[in-house]
Amino acid sequence: MNSVDKKIVLDPLLDNNPITLQILGICSALAVTTSLAPALLMSAAVTAVVVLSNASVSLIRNHVPSSIRIIVMMTIIASLVIVVDQVLKAFAYDLAKSLTVFVGLIITNCIVLGRTEAFAMKNGVRLSILDGLGNGLGYSLVLIIVAVCRELFGSGSLLGHQIFPLVTAGGWYNPNGLMLLAPSAFFIIGLMIWGIRTWKTAQVEKPEYQIHEVHRTEIV
Amino acid sequence: MSASPVTALGRILALPNDSTRKTIAVALILSLVCSMVVSVSAVVLRPLQIENASADRQRNILAAANLLDENTNVADAFSKIEARVVDLSSGDFTDDVDAENYDQRRAARDPAMSTPLSSEQDIASVGRRERYAIVYLVKDGEAIEQIILPIHGYGLWSTLYGFIALEPDLNTVVGLKYYEHSETAGLGAEVDNPAWYSQWKGRRVFDASGALALHVAKGKSRAVGNAAQHEVDGLAGATLTGNGVTNMLHFWLGEQGFGPFLENMRKRAGG
Repeated sequence: MNSVDKKIVLDPLLDNNPITLQILGICSALAVTTSLAPALLMSAAVTAVVVLSNASVSLIRNHVPSSIRIIVMMTIIASLVIVVDQVLKAFAYDLAKSLTVFVGLIITNCIVLGRTEAFAMKNGVRLSILDGLGNGLGYSLVLIIVAVCRELFGSGSLLGHQIFPLVTAGGWYNPNGLMLLAPSAFFIIGLMIWGIRTWKTAQVEKPEYQIHEVHRTEIV
Repeated sequence: MSASPVTALGRILALPNDSTRKTIAVALILSLVCSMVVSVSAVVLRPLQIENASADRQRNILAAANLLDENTNVADAFSKIEARVVDLSSGDFTDDVDAENYDQRRAARDPAMSTPLSSEQDIASVGRRERYAIVYLVKDGEAIEQIILPIHGYGLWSTLYGFIALEPDLNTVVGLKYYEHSETAGLGAEVDNPAWYSQWKGRRVFDASGALALHVAKGKSRAVGNAAQHEVDGLAGATLTGNGVTNMLHFWLGEQGFGPFLENMRKRAGG
Protein backbone atom coordinates (compact mmCIF):
# COMPACT_ATOMS: atom_id res chain seq x y z
CA MET A 1 0.00 0.00 0.00
CA ASN A 2 1.60 3.27 -1.04
CA SER A 3 1.16 6.56 0.75
CA VAL A 4 -1.68 7.80 -1.49
CA ASP A 5 -3.73 4.67 -0.80
CA LYS A 6 -3.07 4.95 2.88
CA LYS A 7 -4.12 8.58 2.91
CA ILE A 8 -7.36 7.77 1.07
CA VAL A 9 -8.28 5.08 3.60
CA LEU A 10 -7.09 6.79 6.77
CA ASP A 11 -8.11 10.40 6.10
CA PRO A 12 -11.86 9.87 6.54
CA LEU A 13 -11.29 8.29 9.95
CA LEU A 14 -10.36 11.53 11.67
CA ASP A 15 -9.07 14.32 9.43
CA ASN A 16 -11.98 14.22 7.01
CA ASN A 17 -14.58 12.21 8.86
CA PRO A 18 -17.94 12.10 7.01
CA ILE A 19 -19.92 12.59 10.23
CA THR A 20 -17.81 14.89 12.39
CA LEU A 21 -16.33 17.10 9.66
CA GLN A 22 -18.78 16.86 6.78
CA ILE A 23 -21.82 16.44 9.10
CA LEU A 24 -23.37 13.80 6.81
CA GLY A 25 -25.28 10.67 7.78
CA ILE A 26 -26.42 12.11 11.11
CA CYS A 27 -29.97 10.70 10.87
CA SER A 28 -28.96 7.05 10.92
CA ALA A 29 -26.28 7.81 13.50
CA LEU A 30 -29.06 8.90 15.86
CA ALA A 31 -31.42 6.08 15.05
CA VAL A 32 -29.42 2.89 15.26
CA THR A 33 -27.03 3.65 18.11
CA THR A 34 -29.16 2.82 21.16
CA SER A 35 -27.15 -0.38 21.46
CA LEU A 36 -23.91 -1.67 20.00
CA ALA A 37 -25.04 -4.75 18.05
CA PRO A 38 -27.35 -2.97 15.58
CA ALA A 39 -24.79 -0.16 15.23
CA LEU A 40 -22.14 -2.71 14.20
CA LEU A 41 -24.49 -4.28 11.67
CA MET A 42 -25.46 -0.86 10.31
CA SER A 43 -21.76 0.07 10.02
CA ALA A 44 -21.06 -3.09 8.06
CA ALA A 45 -24.07 -2.50 5.81
CA VAL A 46 -23.16 1.12 5.05
CA THR A 47 -19.50 0.25 4.45
CA ALA A 48 -20.51 -2.50 2.03
CA VAL A 49 -22.86 -0.16 0.18
CA VAL A 50 -20.32 2.68 -0.10
CA VAL A 51 -17.57 0.35 -1.33
CA LEU A 52 -19.78 -1.41 -3.88
CA SER A 53 -21.49 1.73 -5.16
CA ASN A 54 -18.17 3.55 -5.46
CA ALA A 55 -16.78 0.59 -7.41
CA SER A 56 -19.80 0.34 -9.76
CA VAL A 57 -20.02 4.07 -10.42
CA SER A 58 -16.29 4.32 -11.03
CA LEU A 59 -16.51 1.39 -13.44
CA ILE A 60 -19.03 3.14 -15.70
CA ARG A 61 -17.96 6.75 -14.99
CA ASN A 62 -16.78 7.42 -18.55
CA HIS A 63 -20.15 6.50 -20.02
CA VAL A 64 -22.53 8.32 -17.69
CA PRO A 65 -24.32 11.21 -19.45
CA SER A 66 -23.98 14.16 -17.10
CA SER A 67 -27.67 15.06 -17.45
CA ILE A 68 -28.78 11.85 -15.72
CA ARG A 69 -25.74 11.13 -13.56
CA ILE A 70 -27.46 11.63 -10.17
CA ILE A 71 -30.30 9.30 -11.21
CA VAL A 72 -27.78 6.74 -12.43
CA MET A 73 -25.95 6.86 -9.10
CA MET A 74 -29.17 6.68 -7.09
CA THR A 75 -30.35 3.67 -9.10
CA ILE A 76 -27.11 1.84 -8.43
CA ILE A 77 -27.15 2.76 -4.74
CA ALA A 78 -30.80 1.81 -4.31
CA SER A 79 -30.27 -1.57 -5.96
CA LEU A 80 -27.27 -2.30 -3.77
CA VAL A 81 -29.18 -1.31 -0.63
CA ILE A 82 -32.03 -3.67 -1.54
CA VAL A 83 -29.54 -6.49 -2.08
CA VAL A 84 -27.86 -5.75 1.28
CA ASP A 85 -31.28 -5.68 2.96
CA GLN A 86 -32.17 -9.07 1.44
CA VAL A 87 -28.84 -10.55 2.54
CA LEU A 88 -29.32 -9.29 6.10
CA LYS A 89 -32.85 -10.70 6.26
CA ALA A 90 -31.49 -14.06 5.10
CA PHE A 91 -28.40 -14.29 7.29
CA ALA A 92 -28.86 -11.96 10.28
CA TYR A 93 -32.61 -12.01 10.70
CA ASP A 94 -32.91 -10.97 14.36
CA LEU A 95 -30.51 -8.04 14.08
CA ALA A 96 -31.97 -6.95 10.76
CA LYS A 97 -35.37 -6.87 12.46
CA SER A 98 -34.01 -4.50 15.10
CA LEU A 99 -32.75 -2.13 12.36
CA THR A 100 -36.28 -2.01 10.84
CA VAL A 101 -36.48 0.70 8.18
CA PHE A 102 -32.98 2.03 8.64
CA VAL A 103 -31.34 -0.46 6.30
CA GLY A 104 -33.62 0.75 3.51
CA LEU A 105 -32.83 4.32 4.46
CA ILE A 106 -29.13 3.82 3.63
CA ILE A 107 -30.32 4.88 0.15
CA THR A 108 -30.82 8.39 1.50
CA ASN A 109 -27.56 8.43 3.46
CA CYS A 110 -25.72 11.43 2.05
CA ILE A 111 -22.34 9.78 2.60
CA VAL A 112 -23.01 7.23 -0.13
CA LEU A 113 -24.22 9.66 -2.82
CA GLY A 114 -21.60 12.19 -1.68
CA ARG A 115 -18.73 9.77 -2.24
CA THR A 116 -19.93 8.49 -5.61
CA GLU A 117 -20.43 12.05 -6.88
CA ALA A 118 -17.28 13.58 -5.37
CA PHE A 119 -14.85 10.71 -5.80
CA ALA A 120 -15.97 7.72 -7.84
CA MET A 121 -17.07 9.84 -10.85
CA LYS A 122 -13.52 11.17 -11.18
CA ASN A 123 -11.26 8.31 -10.08
CA GLY A 124 -10.35 4.73 -11.02
CA VAL A 125 -11.96 1.63 -9.57
CA ARG A 126 -9.15 0.73 -7.16
CA LEU A 127 -8.93 4.19 -5.60
CA SER A 128 -12.73 4.43 -5.45
CA ILE A 129 -12.96 1.16 -3.54
CA LEU A 130 -10.33 2.41 -1.08
CA ASP A 131 -12.19 5.72 -0.71
CA GLY A 132 -15.45 3.88 -0.03
CA LEU A 133 -13.72 1.71 2.52
CA GLY A 134 -12.19 4.71 4.27
CA ASN A 135 -15.48 6.60 4.44
CA GLY A 136 -17.38 3.51 5.53
CA LEU A 137 -14.89 2.99 8.33
CA GLY A 138 -15.02 6.67 9.30
CA TYR A 139 -18.81 6.42 9.60
CA SER A 140 -18.48 3.13 11.51
CA LEU A 141 -15.98 4.60 13.95
CA VAL A 142 -18.35 7.39 14.99
CA LEU A 143 -21.33 5.02 15.14
CA ILE A 144 -19.44 2.60 17.36
CA ILE A 145 -18.24 5.30 19.76
CA VAL A 146 -21.76 6.74 20.06
CA ALA A 147 -23.31 3.28 20.48
CA VAL A 148 -20.80 2.27 23.16
CA CYS A 149 -21.59 5.42 25.18
CA ARG A 150 -25.34 5.02 24.76
CA GLU A 151 -25.59 1.32 25.52
CA LEU A 152 -23.11 1.47 28.41
CA PHE A 153 -24.71 4.45 30.17
CA GLY A 154 -28.28 3.86 28.99
CA SER A 155 -28.57 0.16 29.75
CA GLY A 156 -25.35 -0.61 31.65
CA SER A 157 -24.43 -3.26 29.10
CA LEU A 158 -22.32 -3.80 25.97
CA LEU A 159 -23.48 -6.14 23.19
CA GLY A 160 -26.10 -7.34 25.65
CA HIS A 161 -23.59 -8.35 28.34
CA GLN A 162 -24.25 -6.56 31.61
CA ILE A 163 -21.21 -4.40 32.56
CA PHE A 164 -22.75 -2.27 35.29
CA PRO A 165 -25.18 -4.21 37.50
CA LEU A 166 -28.50 -2.35 37.39
CA VAL A 167 -30.39 -1.14 40.45
CA THR A 168 -33.46 -3.03 39.20
CA ALA A 169 -31.40 -6.26 39.25
CA GLY A 170 -29.94 -5.58 42.69
CA GLY A 171 -26.79 -3.74 41.53
CA TRP A 172 -25.65 -0.11 41.95
CA TYR A 173 -26.07 1.44 38.50
CA ASN A 174 -29.12 3.56 37.82
CA PRO A 175 -29.34 3.71 34.00
CA ASN A 176 -29.60 7.10 32.32
CA GLY A 177 -32.80 6.96 30.28
CA LEU A 178 -31.82 10.03 28.24
CA MET A 179 -29.08 7.94 26.62
CA LEU A 180 -31.74 5.76 25.00
CA LEU A 181 -33.44 8.73 23.37
CA ALA A 182 -32.29 10.25 20.09
CA PRO A 183 -31.13 13.63 21.52
CA SER A 184 -28.33 11.95 23.49
CA ALA A 185 -26.71 10.96 20.19
CA PHE A 186 -26.76 14.63 19.20
CA PHE A 187 -25.00 15.52 22.46
CA ILE A 188 -22.36 12.80 22.04
CA ILE A 189 -21.67 13.67 18.38
CA GLY A 190 -21.55 17.37 19.31
CA LEU A 191 -19.05 16.71 22.06
CA MET A 192 -16.98 14.59 19.67
CA ILE A 193 -16.93 17.37 17.06
CA TRP A 194 -15.91 19.87 19.75
CA GLY A 195 -13.14 17.58 20.96
CA ILE A 196 -11.80 16.84 17.48
CA ARG A 197 -11.83 20.50 16.44
CA THR A 198 -10.09 21.57 19.63
CA TRP A 199 -7.37 19.04 18.89
CA LYS A 200 -7.20 19.56 15.11
CA THR A 201 -7.75 23.28 14.75
CA ALA A 202 -7.58 23.04 10.94
CA GLN A 203 -11.14 21.67 11.01
CA VAL A 204 -12.56 24.77 12.66
CA GLU A 205 -14.75 26.59 10.14
CA LYS A 206 -14.20 30.27 9.52
CA PRO A 207 -17.04 32.42 10.84
CA GLU A 208 -19.32 33.41 7.99
CA TYR A 209 -19.36 37.05 9.00
CA GLN A 210 -17.41 39.19 11.37
CA ILE A 211 -18.88 41.68 13.80
CA HIS A 212 -16.94 44.90 13.35
CA GLU A 213 -16.05 46.98 16.32
CA VAL A 214 -17.93 50.22 15.90
CA HIS A 215 -16.30 53.39 17.14
CA ARG A 216 -18.22 56.26 18.52
CA THR A 217 -16.91 58.65 15.93
CA GLU A 218 -18.22 56.52 13.08
CA ILE A 219 -21.79 56.73 14.32
CA VAL A 220 -21.63 60.47 14.57
CA MET B 1 -29.42 -4.52 -38.69
CA SER B 2 -27.26 -7.60 -38.67
CA ALA B 3 -24.88 -6.40 -35.97
CA SER B 4 -24.37 -8.73 -33.03
CA PRO B 5 -25.39 -7.40 -29.58
CA VAL B 6 -21.75 -6.87 -28.65
CA THR B 7 -20.98 -4.58 -31.56
CA ALA B 8 -24.30 -2.79 -31.03
CA LEU B 9 -23.30 -2.15 -27.42
CA GLY B 10 -19.88 -0.95 -28.60
CA ARG B 11 -21.53 1.48 -31.01
CA ILE B 12 -23.75 2.90 -28.28
CA LEU B 13 -20.80 3.32 -25.95
CA ALA B 14 -18.88 5.10 -28.68
CA LEU B 15 -21.56 7.79 -28.98
CA PRO B 16 -20.83 11.11 -27.31
CA ASN B 17 -21.91 10.95 -23.67
CA ASP B 18 -24.46 13.72 -23.85
CA SER B 19 -26.29 12.63 -26.99
CA THR B 20 -29.96 11.82 -26.45
CA ARG B 21 -29.60 8.31 -27.83
CA LYS B 22 -26.80 7.43 -25.48
CA THR B 23 -28.61 8.95 -22.51
CA ILE B 24 -31.66 6.79 -23.16
CA ALA B 25 -29.55 3.72 -23.90
CA VAL B 26 -27.52 4.08 -20.70
CA ALA B 27 -30.69 4.57 -18.64
CA LEU B 28 -32.26 1.46 -20.22
CA ILE B 29 -29.23 -0.78 -19.79
CA LEU B 30 -28.67 0.39 -16.23
CA SER B 31 -32.29 -0.24 -15.26
CA LEU B 32 -32.15 -3.70 -16.80
CA VAL B 33 -28.94 -4.67 -15.03
CA CYS B 34 -30.04 -3.24 -11.67
CA SER B 35 -33.47 -4.88 -11.79
CA MET B 36 -31.84 -8.20 -12.62
CA VAL B 37 -29.44 -7.91 -9.68
CA VAL B 38 -32.32 -7.05 -7.33
CA SER B 39 -34.61 -9.82 -8.59
CA VAL B 40 -31.91 -12.47 -8.46
CA SER B 41 -31.01 -11.58 -4.88
CA ALA B 42 -34.66 -11.54 -3.83
CA VAL B 43 -35.45 -14.89 -5.46
CA VAL B 44 -32.28 -16.67 -4.36
CA LEU B 45 -32.54 -15.56 -0.74
CA ARG B 46 -36.32 -15.95 -0.39
CA PRO B 47 -36.33 -19.55 0.98
CA LEU B 48 -33.81 -18.61 3.69
CA GLN B 49 -35.86 -15.55 4.65
CA ILE B 50 -39.10 -17.52 4.91
CA GLU B 51 -37.32 -20.10 7.05
CA ASN B 52 -36.01 -17.33 9.33
CA ALA B 53 -39.40 -15.71 9.68
CA SER B 54 -41.17 -18.95 10.56
CA ALA B 55 -38.39 -20.02 12.96
CA ASP B 56 -38.68 -16.61 14.59
CA ARG B 57 -42.44 -17.03 14.94
CA GLN B 58 -42.04 -20.50 16.41
CA ARG B 59 -39.41 -19.24 18.86
CA ASN B 60 -41.79 -16.55 20.01
CA ILE B 61 -44.67 -18.98 20.44
CA LEU B 62 -42.39 -21.18 22.53
CA ALA B 63 -41.23 -18.16 24.52
CA ALA B 64 -44.84 -17.21 25.30
CA ALA B 65 -45.39 -20.77 26.48
CA ASN B 66 -42.24 -20.65 28.66
CA LEU B 67 -40.90 -23.63 26.73
CA LEU B 68 -37.82 -21.86 25.44
CA ASP B 69 -34.39 -21.76 27.00
CA GLU B 70 -30.97 -21.42 25.43
CA ASN B 71 -30.56 -25.11 24.63
CA THR B 72 -34.02 -25.72 23.20
CA ASN B 73 -34.15 -27.16 19.72
CA VAL B 74 -36.97 -25.07 18.26
CA ALA B 75 -38.17 -27.70 15.77
CA ASP B 76 -38.22 -30.45 18.43
CA ALA B 77 -40.02 -28.36 21.00
CA PHE B 78 -42.51 -27.20 18.41
CA SER B 79 -43.48 -30.77 17.49
CA LYS B 80 -45.50 -30.84 20.74
CA ILE B 81 -47.56 -27.92 19.52
CA GLU B 82 -50.60 -28.29 17.31
CA ALA B 83 -51.96 -25.36 15.28
CA ARG B 84 -55.74 -25.23 14.97
CA VAL B 85 -58.03 -22.77 13.22
CA VAL B 86 -60.81 -21.22 15.27
CA ASP B 87 -63.89 -19.46 13.94
CA LEU B 88 -63.88 -16.41 16.18
CA SER B 89 -67.62 -15.62 16.08
CA SER B 90 -68.81 -19.14 16.95
CA GLY B 91 -65.72 -20.06 18.96
CA ASP B 92 -65.51 -23.52 17.36
CA PHE B 93 -62.59 -25.29 15.75
CA THR B 94 -62.98 -25.36 12.01
CA ASP B 95 -61.24 -26.77 8.96
CA ASP B 96 -62.54 -24.09 6.60
CA VAL B 97 -59.03 -22.81 6.12
CA ASP B 98 -55.76 -24.64 6.35
CA ALA B 99 -53.70 -23.68 9.42
CA GLU B 100 -50.49 -24.26 7.49
CA ASN B 101 -51.18 -21.70 4.78
CA TYR B 102 -53.55 -19.29 6.48
CA ASP B 103 -52.16 -15.78 6.72
CA GLN B 104 -54.05 -14.26 9.62
CA ARG B 105 -52.59 -10.81 9.17
CA ARG B 106 -53.58 -10.62 5.52
CA ALA B 107 -57.06 -11.96 6.38
CA ALA B 108 -57.56 -9.10 8.84
CA ARG B 109 -57.20 -6.64 5.93
CA ASP B 110 -59.28 -8.64 3.45
CA PRO B 111 -62.95 -7.53 3.44
CA ALA B 112 -64.03 -11.07 2.49
CA MET B 113 -62.22 -12.60 5.45
CA SER B 114 -62.92 -10.05 8.16
CA THR B 115 -65.61 -7.83 9.65
CA PRO B 116 -65.32 -4.13 10.45
CA LEU B 117 -65.52 -3.17 14.13
CA SER B 118 -67.54 -0.29 15.51
CA SER B 119 -65.64 2.22 17.59
CA GLU B 120 -67.05 0.89 20.91
CA GLN B 121 -66.04 -2.64 19.98
CA ASP B 122 -62.63 -1.69 18.68
CA ILE B 123 -60.80 -1.00 21.94
CA ALA B 124 -57.54 -2.37 20.54
CA SER B 125 -57.67 -0.08 17.45
CA VAL B 126 -57.36 -2.94 15.01
CA GLY B 127 -60.04 -1.66 12.60
CA ARG B 128 -61.23 -5.02 11.31
CA ARG B 129 -61.34 -8.43 12.91
CA GLU B 130 -60.51 -11.53 10.90
CA ARG B 131 -63.05 -14.35 10.84
CA TYR B 132 -60.56 -17.09 11.64
CA ALA B 133 -57.63 -17.16 14.02
CA ILE B 134 -54.94 -19.74 14.56
CA VAL B 135 -54.53 -20.99 18.12
CA TYR B 136 -51.72 -23.23 19.25
CA LEU B 137 -52.36 -26.13 21.59
CA VAL B 138 -49.44 -27.47 23.60
CA LYS B 139 -50.22 -31.16 23.97
CA ASP B 140 -48.89 -34.03 25.97
CA GLY B 141 -50.48 -36.99 24.20
CA GLU B 142 -54.18 -36.11 24.15
CA ALA B 143 -54.20 -33.82 27.16
CA ILE B 144 -53.94 -30.08 26.49
CA GLU B 145 -51.24 -28.46 28.60
CA GLN B 146 -51.48 -24.91 27.34
CA ILE B 147 -53.48 -22.81 24.91
CA ILE B 148 -51.60 -20.09 23.02
CA LEU B 149 -53.60 -17.27 21.50
CA PRO B 150 -52.33 -14.68 19.01
CA ILE B 151 -53.05 -11.08 19.98
CA HIS B 152 -52.40 -7.74 18.33
CA GLY B 153 -53.35 -4.13 18.89
CA TYR B 154 -52.16 -0.59 18.78
CA GLY B 155 -49.62 0.75 21.27
CA LEU B 156 -48.19 4.24 20.90
CA TRP B 157 -46.59 4.19 17.43
CA SER B 158 -47.32 0.79 16.03
CA THR B 159 -49.34 -2.37 16.11
CA LEU B 160 -47.86 -4.85 18.55
CA TYR B 161 -48.10 -8.52 17.60
CA GLY B 162 -47.69 -11.23 20.19
CA PHE B 163 -48.93 -14.37 21.87
CA ILE B 164 -50.49 -15.06 25.24
CA ALA B 165 -50.32 -18.59 26.66
CA LEU B 166 -52.96 -19.80 29.12
CA GLU B 167 -53.12 -22.87 31.33
CA PRO B 168 -55.95 -25.38 30.71
CA ASP B 169 -58.03 -23.64 33.40
CA LEU B 170 -58.23 -20.80 30.80
CA ASN B 171 -57.58 -18.32 33.55
CA THR B 172 -53.94 -18.58 34.61
CA VAL B 173 -51.40 -16.91 32.33
CA VAL B 174 -48.32 -18.92 31.40
CA GLY B 175 -46.64 -16.13 29.49
CA LEU B 176 -47.07 -13.19 27.16
CA LYS B 177 -44.56 -12.30 24.48
CA TYR B 178 -44.49 -9.81 21.63
CA TYR B 179 -42.65 -10.66 18.45
CA GLU B 180 -43.17 -7.54 16.40
CA HIS B 181 -43.68 -3.87 17.20
CA SER B 182 -42.04 -0.47 16.66
CA GLU B 183 -42.44 1.13 20.07
CA THR B 184 -39.87 3.63 21.39
CA ALA B 185 -36.54 1.94 22.05
CA GLY B 186 -35.80 1.92 25.76
CA LEU B 187 -39.36 2.86 26.77
CA GLY B 188 -42.25 1.08 25.04
CA ALA B 189 -39.85 -1.41 23.47
CA GLU B 190 -39.18 -2.70 26.99
CA VAL B 191 -42.14 -5.03 26.37
CA ASP B 192 -39.33 -7.22 25.00
CA ASN B 193 -37.44 -7.12 28.29
CA PRO B 194 -37.59 -10.52 30.02
CA ALA B 195 -37.70 -8.72 33.38
CA TRP B 196 -41.02 -7.22 32.33
CA TYR B 197 -42.75 -9.97 30.40
CA SER B 198 -41.81 -12.69 32.91
CA GLN B 199 -44.18 -10.96 35.35
CA TRP B 200 -47.16 -12.27 33.40
CA LYS B 201 -46.53 -15.82 34.56
CA GLY B 202 -49.14 -16.90 37.09
CA ARG B 203 -51.38 -13.84 36.69
CA ARG B 204 -55.13 -14.48 36.41
CA VAL B 205 -57.27 -13.22 33.56
CA PHE B 206 -60.68 -13.20 35.27
CA ASP B 207 -61.61 -12.06 38.78
CA ALA B 208 -63.95 -13.95 41.11
CA SER B 209 -67.05 -12.54 39.40
CA GLY B 210 -65.82 -13.72 36.00
CA ALA B 211 -65.02 -10.23 34.69
CA LEU B 212 -61.89 -9.57 32.66
CA ALA B 213 -59.43 -8.05 35.10
CA LEU B 214 -55.94 -8.63 33.69
CA HIS B 215 -54.16 -5.35 33.02
CA VAL B 216 -50.94 -3.35 33.08
CA ALA B 217 -50.71 -1.04 36.10
CA LYS B 218 -49.91 2.64 35.81
CA GLY B 219 -46.42 2.80 37.28
CA LYS B 220 -45.35 0.11 39.71
CA SER B 221 -48.09 -2.30 40.69
CA ARG B 222 -49.38 -1.39 44.15
CA ALA B 223 -52.23 -3.85 44.25
CA VAL B 224 -52.36 -6.16 47.25
CA GLY B 225 -54.15 -9.42 47.92
CA ASN B 226 -56.42 -10.74 45.20
CA ALA B 227 -56.12 -7.65 43.03
CA ALA B 228 -52.37 -8.28 42.62
CA GLN B 229 -53.18 -11.44 40.68
CA HIS B 230 -54.50 -9.40 37.81
CA GLU B 231 -51.85 -6.73 37.54
CA VAL B 232 -48.29 -6.35 36.23
CA ASP B 233 -45.98 -3.34 36.65
CA GLY B 234 -46.33 -0.55 34.12
CA LEU B 235 -43.37 0.38 31.94
CA ALA B 236 -41.73 3.60 33.11
CA GLY B 237 -42.20 6.28 30.46
CA ALA B 238 -44.48 4.09 28.35
CA THR B 239 -47.96 4.57 29.76
CA LEU B 240 -49.55 4.54 26.31
CA THR B 241 -47.83 1.31 25.27
CA GLY B 242 -49.02 -0.18 28.58
CA ASN B 243 -52.57 1.00 27.88
CA GLY B 244 -52.31 -0.56 24.44
CA VAL B 245 -51.31 -3.88 25.99
CA THR B 246 -54.26 -3.74 28.44
CA ASN B 247 -56.67 -2.82 25.64
CA MET B 248 -55.59 -5.60 23.34
CA LEU B 249 -55.84 -8.14 26.18
CA HIS B 250 -59.36 -6.98 26.90
CA PHE B 251 -60.24 -7.08 23.22
CA TRP B 252 -58.81 -10.50 22.42
CA LEU B 253 -59.86 -12.23 25.62
CA GLY B 254 -63.27 -10.55 25.46
CA GLU B 255 -66.47 -11.05 23.50
CA GLN B 256 -65.09 -9.72 20.17
CA GLY B 257 -61.97 -11.86 20.38
CA PHE B 258 -61.53 -15.32 21.81
CA GLY B 259 -64.42 -14.97 24.32
CA PRO B 260 -66.71 -17.50 22.57
CA PHE B 261 -63.79 -19.88 22.04
CA LEU B 262 -62.78 -19.76 25.71
CA GLU B 263 -66.42 -20.31 26.67
CA ASN B 264 -66.59 -23.43 24.46
CA MET B 265 -63.33 -24.78 25.85
CA ARG B 266 -64.58 -24.24 29.38
CA LYS B 267 -67.81 -26.12 28.63
CA ARG B 268 -65.89 -28.92 27.07
CA ALA B 269 -63.56 -29.21 30.07
CA GLY B 270 -66.55 -29.16 32.41
CA GLY B 271 -67.98 -32.07 30.41
